[in-house]
Amino acid sequence: MLLDTSTIGLVEVEEGTKILPPNLIITTIDNVVNWSRLSSIWPITFGLACCAIEMMAAGASHYDFDRFGIIFRGSPRQSDCVIIAGTVTKKMAPVLRRVFDQIPEPRYVVAMGSCACSGGIFRTYSTVQGCDIFLPVDVFVPGCPPRPETLMEGMMKLQEKIRREQARWSPWR
Amino acid sequence: MAVIEVRMQPTYKRMEPLEIAEKIKESFPMDVVEVTSFRDQVSIIVKKDNIVDICRYLHDDPNLSFDHLQDLCGADYLGKKEPRFEVVYNLYSIKYRNSIRVKAQVPEDDPRIRTVTSIWAGANWHERECFDMFGIKFKGHPDLRRILLPEDWEGYPLRKDYPLEGPEKEWSGFADAIETAKKYREFDWEG
Repeated sequence: MLLDTSTIGLVEVEEGTKILPPNLIITTIDNVVNWSRLSSIWPITFGLACCAIEMMAAGASHYDFDRFGIIFRGSPRQSDCVIIAGTVTKKMAPVLRRVFDQIPEPRYVVAMGSCACSGGIFRTYSTVQGCDIFLPVDVFVPGCPPRPETLMEGMMKLQEKIRREQARWSPWR
Repeated sequence: MAVIEVRMQPTYKRMEPLEIAEKIKESFPMDVVEVTSFRDQVSIIVKKDNIVDICRYLHDDPNLSFDHLQDLCGADYLGKKEPRFEVVYNLYSIKYRNSIRVKAQVPEDDPRIRTVTSIWAGANWHERECFDMFGIKFKGHPDLRRILLPEDWEGYPLRKDYPLEGPEKEWSGFADAIETAKKYREFDWEG
């Protein structure tokens, strides 16, 4: 039996989402999956330099990343995302790549700070000139180090990016 | 109410750094090349052959007692000085609160010097760092490996003739990481 929406009071709350009060919601799988993914981004801690201090400050109670559902995890296998906070040296690059390879799909990379984005002031033999050389970076957060607000905006940009994804949940994508 | 003034009087005579330099000059006349003083910091430039004996003397003599090796580092004077390298020993006497700096000359064609780990055990990692960055080999060192860079790194980065952005050929581990990234790029999500 098809529902006749004109008579039973189905309300369109936003584009593509309708609510039948009190507790029936009609929407796309994309919307549900993307909403749940962006609401619980669990980053693995990958602090490498002073950016890590700002990342910790962002995670602590004053800025409180928990309210975005961002909870730092100690294991790549339980994470969705890696925040590269600090200077990536060439010696660290294979380690970082291995950590990234252990993160299950869907996975995201946030490069935090000048060093992770471009090498920063360290244009030297030992420093990777931007970790996008060997990782698919989603969001670049500038600053030296970025304030917690900046990292927060970076994570919100990542949430926007996840919100726009189409059929990433699907096995035949 | 009586005020009692207590003053700590040292029971020994503290030697001035320049006096110490003179003393070393007397004991090792063949080895001391030059004594310099800059802003009350005294440096003694010596030849490398007797460096262990000089350090042993500075450490053991009861009037000097340099029991603390603050730092040991290398220096490269490419095109400025001959011989090219120096190994710098920053010494401190905890008892006499005295500092002195000993610089040992190391030539480019034979970058070797004897280790001082038998005198200060802490010199171990300092000498490894010096070897890592300048390629100066410490004879008799118990474990002379690179300390900061990967073991298969080529070249000595703090030498003045080392290119700032590294050699053309990438370090193998980093090249592997780039290779892995290329291999797995097709599995990246393309939004």
